[in-house]
Amino acid sequence: MRYAETGFNLEIDLSRGSIEREATDPKDTELYLGGLGTNAKILWDRVPPETKPFDPENLLIFGSGLLCGTPATGCNRTIVSTISPQTLFMAFSMMGGFWAPELKYAGYDKVILRGKSPNLVYLWINNDKVEIRDASHLKGKGAGETAELIKKELKEPKAQVVSIGLAGENRVYFASIEQGRSSASRGGLGAVMGDKGVKAIAVRGTKDINIARPEEYMDLCKEVLEYIKFRNDNPIPGVMPILAGLGSPQEMKVHDEKWHTENFMWGNSRTRRKDFWNKEIAEEWMKTLDSMRRRLISCYNCPMTCGATIQPPGLPTYMMKCFTKLTYTMAAMSDLEFGLGIAQSATEYGVDGFSAPQVMAFALELYDAGILTDKDFPGMPADNEGRFYWLLDRIVRREGIGDVLANGTYWAARQIGNGAEKYAHNNIKKHEQLPLKLSMLNPIYFLMYCTGEKINITQIEGQFPQAPFLTREEREAFVKDWFQVPDDKFKQIFLDWEPRGEKSMPFYPNVQMCCDIVDWQERMHYIDDALGMCAGLSSFPLKPPYHIHNYPKFISSGAGIDMDEAKLTQAAKRYRTLVRAINIRRGMRRKDEKPPEDHWKKRFPELEKELMDTYYKFKGWNEQGIPTKEYLLEMGLDFVYEDFVKRGILTDNGDPSSKGTPPEKDKE
Amino acid sequence: MEILPPKVLRRKKIRNKAEGVINVKAEKKKKTVKVININADKCNGCRACEMICSAFHAAPKYSSNNPARSRIRIIREPLRDIYVPVYAGEHAVAECAGRDKYTIDGKEYEECAFCRASCPSRSDFKEPDSGLPLKCDMCEGEEMPLCVKWCTVDALTYEEREDEAAEEEKPEDIEIGLESLANKYGLQKIMDAVARLSQKG
Ligand code: SF4
Ligand code: SF4
Ligand code: SF4
Repeated sequence: MRYAETGFNLEIDLSRGSIEREATDPKDTELYLGGLGTNAKILWDRVPPETKPFDPENLLIFGSGLLCGTPATGCNRTIVSTISPQTLFMAFSMMGGFWAPELKYAGYDKVILRGKSPNLVYLWINNDKVEIRDASHLKGKGAGETAELIKKELKEPKAQVVSIGLAGENRVYFASIEQGRSSASRGGLGAVMGDKGVKAIAVRGTKDINIARPEEYMDLCKEVLEYIKFRNDNPIPGVMPILAGLGSPQEMKVHDEKWHTENFMWGNSRTRRKDFWNKEIAEEWMKTLDSMRRRLISCYNCPMTCGATIQPPGLPTYMMKCFTKLTYTMAAMSDLEFGLGIAQSATEYGVDGFSAPQVMAFALELYDAGILTDKDFPGMPADNEGRFYWLLDRIVRREGIGDVLANGTYWAARQIGNGAEKYAHNNIKKHEQLPLKLSMLNPIYFLMYCTGEKINITQIEGQFPQAPFLTREEREAFVKDWFQVPDDKFKQIFLDWEPRGEKSMPFYPNVQMCCDIVDWQERMHYIDDALGMCAGLSSFPLKPPYHIHNYPKFISSGAGIDMDEAKLTQAAKRYRTLVRAINIRRGMRRKDEKPPEDHWKKRFPELEKELMDTYYKFKGWNEQGIPTKEYLLEMGLDFVYEDFVKRGILTDNGDPSSKGTPPEKDKE
Repeated sequence: MEILPPKVLRRKKIRNKAEGVINVKAEKKKKTVKVININADKCNGCRACEMICSAFHAAPKYSSNNPARSRIRIIREPLRDIYVPVYAGEHAVAECAGRDKYTIDGKEYEECAFCRASCPSRSDFKEPDSGLPLKCDMCEGEEMPLCVKWCTVDALTYEEREDEAAEEEKPEDIEIGLESLANKYGLQKIMDAVARLSQKG
């Protein structure tokens, strides 16, 4: 018997309309765990670098994490992976909610889509019965609306549905896949789903998920639940509210608008408004949020209530998560009422809440600069809010200038030309980033921005405090019950870390320490993404209930796979390397690994070079960021090495070959 | 919500032959009433209660879980702000003659939404494979119902109440029936009918 996982994937070929249920190899679970890990293995094996995002051969994989559907609190992530139309690299985005556990209860670990359906369809997975159904009547419908219509038409209110809106149907490069209170938004996954002609996937499952050693496993689960209660009662002193507790950033619960509006950038990530906040705004915004927010809601099997249902006046109710609360508001230089209102349309259209507002602000900046002119915006209203609604409509329909903007700022700027490139200034690897512009280089964040392959800072940071605490006493108090550290050296680094003076940024933590910290943080995210754990209970917050010391026990007693810290670390390194290998094979090199030019005002080129050199080496990559022969063999990734040699990325003796760095234009 | 375990409902009957009538007398006895308070306003729809209920009732305990086997069910419709935990009660052999359908605060609920019965008319509160009825047993053997324990947001809370005063023992159904027949036809007619029936054997 297979434990925790079901041992079956659903393989759906949309071109042929075929559906197969395929047994998976337990050996792969041991090597790559599940979720992101096994997704990466499948993409490596089956999607060669010649395959373009919108080729029928590209796969769109919905993978549940290894422990999803078990009693482990907060383990509910669906990891969606494909080749991104925007970055042209591997995209993987996680969504919470209820879909992954439901898929497990239906008897599958993953749904793998290939090919393209000639007409718009949706999938209905009801335990053993799987159908491809006509969705022509759902064309153009909102993502949430689609989910409701499907549940009604199937007469199955308990079905869980992932769906795309108009943006996905029209292959907008930053289209999301929505699922009630959650979404897989980054990297344009919705565009690939739309390209495959799949409007939605509905799932209902009523089968058991088995646990290898039930008593042991339940004891671990109870411990976690107790610790969550303890952490809820004992927020971490001295850090801002959204970092003090557990959960995804508690944007719906906590009134933290002052901090975000004064520290993040407005418009096209340009203007910092340090004195924005005042009593009037505080009162007005508080009233807005409190009057529109109907209820705080959770994902499957989790008490943390990180999302909310929002009902803007005169508009349907929708579900909001995280920082989308403010991205539209700030991009449009408007207020919260506008932000929560337009987010309703944006969620139904299905666009990424980070990219979409920035793309629109970028367009208006080009207009102000005269690079785009009135003839690009026929009929656009004069008021700022009206313009945002107008632009959003054009983008998701790919009409006029919207067709260009729908490719994101990087590609749009190249298409527009005429100096537009320098307005697409907030991207990493062609992907829009959080609107943050800061004064002095932070070496830890520098490494994370450069080398993170999820290309989103919130998906690599966490665990280690973002800033030093002021006094030694505060630091001592913090490290006292900091048992989550993989090694006590992290406590020492933190104890010695001062806000000013010799042991302060950017030279302390020193280069080696930065490597250790970044590696630890990244490792925890990669483990979460394979197990299906919410980062909000693990890799993201300080002092989380899940950590490197109890995860191996969860895997051993839950999935029945012998696991210890070393073996788990090794597995995480293995599929992390595989993600990199996929991207290397697609041309990613050191030149792609850099933060937005203007992210920090004060830069330290020598230090930055040393950081990158040291970190690459530390990770087992050569100076171009390519995993070395020795490292690949050590990870048991011989097949990657062989492929690299065949493609001329590495030579027979493991050196980087001259063909190793393709010129930029080849990639585009 | 109150769930009365069957044990507390059993009462002793005392017959007093001398008076020739059936006399029902209440017995003073302490009884524990187990109460799960449901505050639907606090429910966030996470279904942790469903998960743990199904895991607890797996055999062996916790060896598997499957919310479809749970004895508690969350009616969850976020867009209409509906979150109602409902517990599985008695099994109904036949479905009701009619249906009920509630509207509360302008929100329409599905037919039979709040009914606790596992009933031929629907699939709720039945084992998904065998179709056997499910019924909440208050997690027999545990100090506290597990759904309550896992609902850390206090949508479900638990209390045990000691009830001192036993209620007046009520006449049984058959007595009520006979009494009404006697009122209608006269006692003699009823006795004749009983005699006729008993002769037929
Ligand atoms: S912590 Fe928040 S985002 Fe994470 S699973 Fe729980 S409710 Fe969902
Ligand atoms: S555990 Fe509590 S909050 Fe969660 S669904 Fe059940 S009753 Fe609602
Ligand atoms: S009290 Fe126990 S048996 Fe009843 S619904 Fe709750 S968990 Fe299930």
